[in-house]
Amino acid sequence: MAKTLAEKVWDAHVVRKGDGDGANAQPDLLFIDLHLVHEVTSPQAFEGLRLAGRKLRRPDLTIATEDHNTPTLDIDKPIADLTSRTQIQTLRNNCAEFGVRLHSLGDAEQGIVHVVGPQLGLTQPGMTVVCGDSHTSTHGAFGALAMGIGTSEVEHVMATQTLSLKPFKTMAINVEGTLRPGVTAKDIILAVIAKIGTGGGQGYVLEYRGSAIRSLSMDARMTICNMSIEAGARAGMVAPDETTYAFMEGRPHAPQGADWDAAVEYWNTLRTDDDAVFDAQVDLDADTLEPFVTWGTNPGQGVSLSESVPSPEDFGDENAKAAAERALQYMGLEAGTPMKDIRVDTVFLGSCTNSRMEDLRAAADIIRGRQKDPNVRMLVVPGSARVRLEAEAEGLDRVFKDFGAEWRFAGCSMCLGMNPDQLEVGERCASTSNRNFEGRQGKGGRTHLVSPVVAAATAIRGTLSSPSDLDPAPESAAIRTDAA
Amino acid sequence: MEKFTTHTGIGVPLRQSNVDTDQIIPAVYLKRITRTGFEDALFSAWRKDPSFILNKEPFSAGSVLVAGPDFGTGSSREHAVWALKDYGFKAVLSSRFADIFRGNSGKQGLLAAELSQDDIELIWKELENAPGTEVTVDLVSKTVVCGNIVAPFEIDDYTRWRLLEGLDDIGLTLQHEADITAYEATRPSFKPKTLPARLSSAG
Repeated sequence: MAKTLAEKVWDAHVVRKGDGDGANAQPDLLFIDLHLVHEVTSPQAFEGLRLAGRKLRRPDLTIATEDHNTPTLDIDKPIADLTSRTQIQTLRNNCAEFGVRLHSLGDAEQGIVHVVGPQLGLTQPGMTVVCGDSHTSTHGAFGALAMGIGTSEVEHVMATQTLSLKPFKTMAINVEGTLRPGVTAKDIILAVIAKIGTGGGQGYVLEYRGSAIRSLSMDARMTICNMSIEAGARAGMVAPDETTYAFMEGRPHAPQGADWDAAVEYWNTLRTDDDAVFDAQVDLDADTLEPFVTWGTNPGQGVSLSESVPSPEDFGDENAKAAAERALQYMGLEAGTPMKDIRVDTVFLGSCTNSRMEDLRAAADIIRGRQKDPNVRMLVVPGSARVRLEAEAEGLDRVFKDFGAEWRFAGCSMCLGMNPDQLEVGERCASTSNRNFEGRQGKGGRTHLVSPVVAAATAIRGTLSSPSDLDPAPESAAIRTDAA
Repeated sequence: MEKFTTHTGIGVPLRQSNVDTDQIIPAVYLKRITRTGFEDALFSAWRKDPSFILNKEPFSAGSVLVAGPDFGTGSSREHAVWALKDYGFKAVLSSRFADIFRGNSGKQGLLAAELSQDDIELIWKELENAPGTEVTVDLVSKTVVCGNIVAPFEIDDYTRWRLLEGLDDIGLTLQHEADITAYEATRPSFKPKTLPARLSSAG
């Protein structure tokens, strides 16, 4: 029978089929190839194992890092906040006790869990990947079935290396055409979420397909799959191809020699069959897409940057209307205001959505030789210590610092404001992160989700801007700082 | 896990869609390493507003939350479920739940009951017209009763069975340990392992 990519990966991991059919079907028991762990959603799971006298079944398929709660300044000093420090120390103790590989603050492989896995070559096509973090969907960019789980499930995976899962439906997101300059993967996914809504993907695994997706780099595909959860989907996937293999080859945990050949042969089978049928289809035209930005307090409340803040009256559905009213009030916005007139206080470049090399390079290319709006503060937080080192080797840190941005150490940082990187009440931020929920980046903070190049252009102009709004850079700016 | 068969308690109308997990429990409360004691964290930003529903009597003593569509969107934090439970909620009614939130609820004995939006609207009106009205959520018959309203709800059969029996997931899975071991023996050698650690040579 013809199968989709998601179904192939699913079927290859069934340890035990659930009994029964249709609505009465029991869940299948699926084997988990890789379990990523961080400090926030694991302590209660380790404690559960300890209380039940259970072992961690597969330490060799488990890896931990510190990211959510870590400071991005003074990382050589003890963490100032006591509860944060305790949580990090608890992870260290648990990893030592249960034999889990841990990349701690200060380690060259430390960083946001979803940046670290791919970077080490641990995320590979056709795998099942889980983590107690909803943005685990990121790893789907490699053609892996990757999903976020709660702490009870974290404990379940620790004890059994499996998960009980009900089959998902499948949705094809077809993106055909060519992106215009200044339009990026982030704009694709923000437009998809605006189109299908925050609940539109619920119960589905999304597969991103089409010429616009195939032409994207792995960093860009990760950006798209990362935000699948913002459309309510448990996972998002892109079929592996030569771009995937080129990214994988030579990474520390990529297969080598005969194993590489066997792996590629298998990976080549991981494509949706031509005659396979998706349960739903959504089409998006890449040719006409513009830079996209959110105006509200959920990621589905977005418009093209050239448009204006919508009016609640624009929404037919009563719940959407009420949500828009509430969002405008929280965001301090008037309906009808052009998005480009909105002034921001802070620009955040970072998070598991947009903190990889391609993101930093794209932003650096915009700001190089230009001046930051003096009223805007800009935080640049690389996704991992390795990304930070690579960026420094290219001189990107100098570009950001010369511009007046803060060059920080790796972590989740202002994406969720668990560490000191937070917005003040009423502070407005153009953020390359993934959620614009009320208070997400700090109590009372106001978030506009944007791409890295829009973030960079906004830092220059002080108002939400696309690169095409900028005056040409001075001549000298065209010369890259290769001397660095 | 405690068994859940039926529960009756004061219904709390939360007329809002997209109640995301950052609203249910902001990230600053996730630094704790315990599984209990999150009652103060529930809706902490909104509870500073005196007009918020849980700051009004008799709703502060509510145990059945009746919310708008797309409840529990966003983060995978199970703390959202712990906070609702610690506050005293036994059931949440909505026309649409985020997948991970729904899954987490099922693991913790919090009933996430999916009703039609029309029924949610009727229950909202009833609870607003007669504050303190009790709502009965019967998992055996899969119905909600509120005043004169009797509404069916959806929940998947497996979660319902586990809730009714109060079964521990890990214990259930470990009954099939032989199957797991057999599967492990078939995994190809090209699949990666985290140990021994291999590190990048480049700086």
